[in-house]
Amino acid sequence: MSEAKKYNAPVTNPETAPFWEAAKAGKFMIKRCTTCGEAHYFPRAICPFCFSDKTVWEESSGEATVYTYSLMRKSPTGPYAIAYVTLKEGPSLQTNIVDCDLEKVKIGQKVKVVWKPTDGAPLPFFTPA
Amino acid sequence: MTIKGKAYIAGIYEHPTRHAPDKSTAQLHAEVAKGAIEDAGLTKDDIDGYFCAGDAPGGLWPMVDYLGLNTKKLRHVDSTETGGCSYLIHLGHAAEAIAAGKCSVALVTLAGKPRTGPMPPRASGAEADFELAYGATTHNAYGMCAMRHMHDYGTTSEQLAWIKVAASHHAQYNPHAMLKDVVTVEDVLNSPMISDPLHRMDCCVVTDGGGAMIVTTPEIAKSLKKPLVRLIGHGEAMKGPRGGKDLDLTYSAGVWSGPRAFEEAGVTPKDIKYASIYDSFTITVLMQLEDLGFCKKGEGGKFVADGNLISGVGKLPFNTDGGGLCSNHPVNRGGMTKILEAVRQLRGEAHPKVQVKNCDLAIAHGTGGLLGVRHAASTCILERA
Repeated sequence: MSEAKKYNAPVTNPETAPFWEAAKAGKFMIKRCTTCGEAHYFPRAICPFCFSDKTVWEESSGEATVYTYSLMRKSPTGPYAIAYVTLKEGPSLQTNIVDCDLEKVKIGQKVKVVWKPTDGAPLPFFTPA
Repeated sequence: MTIKGKAYIAGIYEHPTRHAPDKSTAQLHAEVAKGAIEDAGLTKDDIDGYFCAGDAPGGLWPMVDYLGLNTKKLRHVDSTETGGCSYLIHLGHAAEAIAAGKCSVALVTLAGKPRTGPMPPRASGAEADFELAYGATTHNAYGMCAMRHMHDYGTTSEQLAWIKVAASHHAQYNPHAMLKDVVTVEDVLNSPMISDPLHRMDCCVVTDGGGAMIVTTPEIAKSLKKPLVRLIGHGEAMKGPRGGKDLDLTYSAGVWSGPRAFEEAGVTPKDIKYASIYDSFTITVLMQLEDLGFCKKGEGGKFVADGNLISGVGKLPFNTDGGGLCSNHPVNRGGMTKILEAVRQLRGEAHPKVQVKNCDLAIAHGTGGLLGVRHAASTCILERA
């Protein structure tokens, strides 16, 4: 995958701006609720589990495991691997597995966050650890 | 309060077209509305409830005006939008409105032309910045479900292929089906891989067209000439990644909509004679059959194999019109055609080669949205009265 795919810059909003600011510094942030203790992704002001407004930003290790994936072969921009990965901290999220032999992606594989540039904040992707 | 037996499907119409470059989308809505009204033996002026979803150009105001519905009579409208299962939810909501006396003759329409021109992009929510860049499409979102189902339960591509094989056996008798050729498991496995592990023949067709139905009171239905078909149970539900906690793509919101509908109807999956199951992809059917309780979770592969879904051959005849996999998937939304074939079966109007004998109880079930991302599900239990 030498040719760089062009990604749109995130629009961002007041609720998620801190995530994108941290992204510019290479930090992958999740939110954790200090009332119920649960971490979630993507970040919300109000905890989606207990509805408390006591949520705080936390830097994720960026380490994750592939929960599932699918190699999309019919795409005008070339094949790509969509996936759900489960972070070490708990939450699962949608992403692409990048910068590797896509035919070798496996459920259970260890992956880590990598950033891809846009005209604004970079976007998080995952690659084999 | 229950909707059990409070509403009847008195009119149905499926547009015969599968490719309509010469028609407008609004026109297709009008044509299916006309067809369903005439099938019921009613007139447009009888309509006092109207239901449409995201496929209706401009939504309720423009559609009501375009169709020329009698606005002095029209007293209940609903534009619930849950993708392909919108129309199953509309049926439930129409029954609620009828049971509550809010309307007596409800029209539900679906139509559009995805084969003729590009579809508008799917609306996104708060997740947009965190997901859109990753290119979730129907194919790969369902592919991810299939991949995990195979991983957890050993489900195979051969088993999934049997679902397409069964649909093709039925489609050969449907003169309007887009794909009429009977296919084999090998044909499915040899078709090109689209998004692993889904092959081209694991995917439904893309068709222009549409369908409509008339939902009415028991009294009005009994005054008409069509065989009586009534709704006796309805369920609806939604599911998403929920903050990323306990993600599980091997089941759908059907695990909630199904039991709700069966409980209201007072029947069980064992009682069902015919099943319309939304078949956007083969994996959709397999997961729904498990979620609805036709077999245990993880045993869907065994359940669908060896022709078990073929009418006259297996234990659970499904999608006897050829379904979305072979016949029709108007506007990339399969919920309406699921209801229409269930009504045909209950009326005894299915093709003689696929008509289920003594078909007095049927299920119509579908999902909407992306099964692997965010989706809705709706289940309707229908009975011959």
